[in-house]
Amino acid sequence: MLHTINKSPFEKDSLTTCLRYAQKGASILFIEDAVYACTKGTQFEKDIHDHQGDIKFYVLGPDLEARGLDNSNLTTNIEIVDYKGFVKLVADNEKTQNWL
Amino acid sequence: MKFGVLINEGPYQHQASDSAYKFIEAAIAEGHEIYRVFFYHDGVNNGTRLATPPQDDRHIPNRWTELAEKHNLDLVLCVAAAQRRGMVDQGEMERNKKDANNIADKFRISGLGQLIEAGIQADRMITFGD
Repeated sequence: MLHTINKSPFEKDSLTTCLRYAQKGASILFIEDAVYACTKGTQFEKDIHDHQGDIKFYVLGPDLEARGLDNSNLTTNIEIVDYKGFVKLVADNEKTQNWL
Repeated sequence: MKFGVLINEGPYQHQASDSAYKFIEAAIAEGHEIYRVFFYHDGVNNGTRLATPPQDDRHIPNRWTELAEKHNLDLVLCVAAAQRRGMVDQGEMERNKKDANNIADKFRISGLGQLIEAGIQADRMITFGD
């Protein structure tokens, strides 16, 4: 299952809620302001690392760039995808849950 | 693969309309079919033909119309959400006795059943919103 999150974790608790529900083998894609969730040195870094054994994390590259961020700002084991990669994630997962 | 897309946020608000547009462009480029784009809640404001954004900004409603013309997309505004927000086509104008209509080309107004049907007919359903 694919989960997308579009709000910064400093604004809404959708990342925390999503992590509570996401199951082993799920993928989480950060888009829009949620890209801040996977930057280095935040209070959410440990939450993400604690789940990386069960969940694969992705971030939408164009939304990172739009905020002046790149790979060097990210915590470890986050895969950057473009819109083509976003489409592939939706196609590859039978269900998508969009946390808004 | 067939994709259904639900947009719940108006244009120029946050980023949902832009994200949905880019996603749909990429999906079409990858050979997927867009079964329907359903605009709900403030999302219906994407369908006004009266918007005049600054010339150096993207014209979100026109961009939807152009994409729909190019790829024959079905752009549907929820009728109840549209009525609340003053989004009117010719039929709604006559039915509700309004003095104007404002719907952009290639958009149509219909009911929530169209969203449910898209959820049934499409292989994947994705939501963009607030």
